[in-house]
Amino acid sequence: MMDENPLALLPEILLAGAAVLGLLLGSYLPKHRQWLVRLLAALACGAGLVVTASAWSGEPMAVFGETYVVDVATNATRVAVLLSVLLVLGLAGDSIRGAMRESEFVVLLLLAGLGSVLLAGSSDLMLLAAGYLLASIPLYALAGFAKDSPGTEAALKFYLMGALLGVTMLAGLVVLFGVGGGTEYTALSSGLADAPVAGLAVGAIAVLAGLLFKAGAVPAHFWVPDVTEGAKPVVAAFITTVPKIGAVVAIYRFVAVPLGQTRVDWALLVAIIAAVTMTLGNLAAFFQDNVRRLLAYSTISQVGYLLVGVAADGRSELALPSVLLYLGGYAVTNLGAFAVVCALPRATVLADYRGLIRRHRWLTLSLVVLLLGLVGTPPTVVFAGKLTVFTAAFDADLVWLVVVAAINTVISVFYYLRWIGPAFRGEESAAPEISRWAMRTAYATAAVSVLLGLLTGPLLAVLGT
Amino acid sequence: MNVLSIVVFLPVAVAVALLALPRVSDRVVRSIWIAASALDLVLVVALWIGYRPGESGFAYEVDRRWIPSVDSGYHVGVDGLSLPLVALTTVLFLACAIYSARETRRVRSYAALFLFLETVCLGLFVSLDLILFFVFFDLSIVGMYFVIAGWGHRDAARAALKFFLYTFLGSLALLLGFIGLYLAAVPHTFDIVELIRQDPLAGKGTIAALVLAALALGLAIKTPTIPFHTWLPPAHTEAPAAGSAILAGVLLKMGTYGFVRIAMPALPDTWRSYAMVFVVIGVVSVVYGALVALAQRDFKRMIAYTSVNHMGYVILAVGAAGVISSSDAQARALAVTGAVTQMVSHGLITGALFLLAGVLYERGGTYEMDRYGGLAAQAPRFAGLTGLAAFASLGLPGFSGFIAEFQIFTGSLGSAPVSTAVAFLGILITAALFLRALQQLLMGSFRSPNGPFRDLTAPEATSIAPLIVLAIVIGLFPRFLLDLIEPASRVLTSILGG
Repeated sequence: MMDENPLALLPEILLAGAAVLGLLLGSYLPKHRQWLVRLLAALACGAGLVVTASAWSGEPMAVFGETYVVDVATNATRVAVLLSVLLVLGLAGDSIRGAMRESEFVVLLLLAGLGSVLLAGSSDLMLLAAGYLLASIPLYALAGFAKDSPGTEAALKFYLMGALLGVTMLAGLVVLFGVGGGTEYTALSSGLADAPVAGLAVGAIAVLAGLLFKAGAVPAHFWVPDVTEGAKPVVAAFITTVPKIGAVVAIYRFVAVPLGQTRVDWALLVAIIAAVTMTLGNLAAFFQDNVRRLLAYSTISQVGYLLVGVAADGRSELALPSVLLYLGGYAVTNLGAFAVVCALPRATVLADYRGLIRRHRWLTLSLVVLLLGLVGTPPTVVFAGKLTVFTAAFDADLVWLVVVAAINTVISVFYYLRWIGPAFRGEESAAPEISRWAMRTAYATAAVSVLLGLLTGPLLAVLGT
Repeated sequence: MNVLSIVVFLPVAVAVALLALPRVSDRVVRSIWIAASALDLVLVVALWIGYRPGESGFAYEVDRRWIPSVDSGYHVGVDGLSLPLVALTTVLFLACAIYSARETRRVRSYAALFLFLETVCLGLFVSLDLILFFVFFDLSIVGMYFVIAGWGHRDAARAALKFFLYTFLGSLALLLGFIGLYLAAVPHTFDIVELIRQDPLAGKGTIAALVLAALALGLAIKTPTIPFHTWLPPAHTEAPAAGSAILAGVLLKMGTYGFVRIAMPALPDTWRSYAMVFVVIGVVSVVYGALVALAQRDFKRMIAYTSVNHMGYVILAVGAAGVISSSDAQARALAVTGAVTQMVSHGLITGALFLLAGVLYERGGTYEMDRYGGLAAQAPRFAGLTGLAAFASLGLPGFSGFIAEFQIFTGSLGSAPVSTAVAFLGILITAALFLRALQQLLMGSFRSPNGPFRDLTAPEATSIAPLIVLAIVIGLFPRFLLDLIEPASRVLTSILGG
């Protein structure tokens, strides 16, 4: 049958294959040759990118009994996730080279990345649940990878919350199956159109709860700051970036297709979640002194802005392309900000960045570009993403949401500047230890975030406006 | 490539080449810098000679697609409001290039940074797209930050950070205003010409007022007006002389230019409703700037505060141009012409004064006026140019400042008689403070902190004297400039209506 062509899933197969092969290779290779596994992972990501790019212009299609959709959103997620995995491999260059369990680390990255892509492409609740598990379980292990007490605590908290919301999600799946008579999205869409509202609401909200947990949005955000602070910085960079990409696209798909025909205004619910998420994230970030906690709350607020675009879907043609653009921009910029944190492993609080410009001029400049990028300053790519997302929401008559988002953007400047300020002031507190690979990644992401911003026009054209 | 784009991007191309060149001597760097600035000036003169505005009112217009989904593009062009400022920019940057012959600290980076700033300033004045405008607006802040922080005096890092934070936050307010305009337009657009044609916020009371408030806040911080001027004195005091000249001569104009290019024509109704607010802010800036300048003992701080005073006249004029109840269109066009002339005039004169202040500091190591005296006897060229610049700055007939302020007062008197009368006070106070400064520095018995006071060197004289000469040329033969500005100010006045 045409729709069971495995080649349509080649990027996913490459990731899975590289993970299995990496695990086998890692078991046999001596410790000083473990870098081969990293090389294999990087090659798989590169090949996946090439395959995705070459298949980009193909028609959107549903494969394997319509359980999986390969369209612009899936392709964009593939590109963003594969690039992010590559960047994280770059970031981790110094900290995992020759370390214990190097190949396990790489394999877990690959599997979690695969889970994120599956979340985005699923067009069936059963597959969505599988994607959820695949995108979660490797991350629990990664969060506690260092085997130290903050990491263990973070992993436990992450796991408990993930297990709770995972079960909630499965329960929601069952309820939706009951009231809608199917798990596949297009079938559900017609089944749910005249389903009883109570059952529909309970089921859909339970499924959304699991996806919000993956996206790190309110009210399922409590794990984000603890995991970001407790896990190793490299892991934190990955956990706050890659699962969010898949989860946001999954939320978009879930709200657009199965819930699209129902009598409940789901866009309004998403809009409210977006407003609360960005506001709480920003307010909590205000007086954080630990850079990783600050970035953690910043990632929460960014998810809020992303959901603004999801809320506008269906009423503005710009909604989906803008969300995809923003996701890509967010991934690069957020990973870049974490790259700066990884580059200076000794600097944990804002005061440790005092006088950074005196010793590391280019690293400081990269930090400024990336943080102002997260604010949304032209010409960085997050600005383009924010602008188009806000435009989509405005066109979808969500003016109040645009106002809330604009106010949030303005006040977010404050805490990013609290970080930038010390870097330019005063004498250096101590000679910081520096990680070369992470520093180079920071330079690269800063340059890419500006470059993508300048290429916004062509990017949006590719993403389908 | 369009000739205007060449003018804009030539300096930054040279800057990149400078940085890419392996090992060049400082001497070669300086020559390349001067040659590039001079070439850009020649090109601008050619632009001026060949200036024939098209149907849109702009000459040398280019409109390329950049982000079509939000209708933002590379749209540039010049008209009577922007061409004088483009010319001013190239003149001042050439003067700074020549003046900086003495700079010995990291010359290559210094030259590259100034060339980069030149592109940024030119780019801002020719932008006809809000996003483009904003990018240049922000880059100017970044560039000037590095000039102050990298080559400033003792406390430069602190002043530079204050400058950066203050003006950057202002720029975000401006961006919010831009997005407000963009969202209000149907179809959404960032194109300034299209926005002016649409007048998207006509009749939308509160929203229009909020958008104007955001725009005005961002522009007022950059200008700066009372009460947003507090970043200016420390930034000027700590900046190197050429940096101050560019900051006061070109960067401050970005604020006032934003008013005439964007805020007034894109929100004509709202501008008319709140015109008196700007008149009052302008007059308060005029008087307050002059009074605080009078109290200064530091020569450079004094000039910095006279900038607040001079920019106040511009705000007064653009405000008065919006008060239509009691004046005719001709008077209001005169006020706008005066405002643009004042921008050019202030750029030339204050640029010269800041470079002269740099000479003073280089010789004596301080800006304190009490420490100097009787310089006229030892340094006649310095004394002569300082005297001329001071007279030009206080608005004596025969200098460009007179032409500008005369038009501003004549144009504003009808619509805001009381305010204009109060603003006259500013001229009196400025006259008093400049005469006092001249007396202190130049007259009496000779005094200087570091012994003998060397007269102007050849590079110093060749950089400063042409600025004064230009101010005199505009003062005596203003038609060549006014003929360029007047059609554009009539267009602006007709957009404002009434």
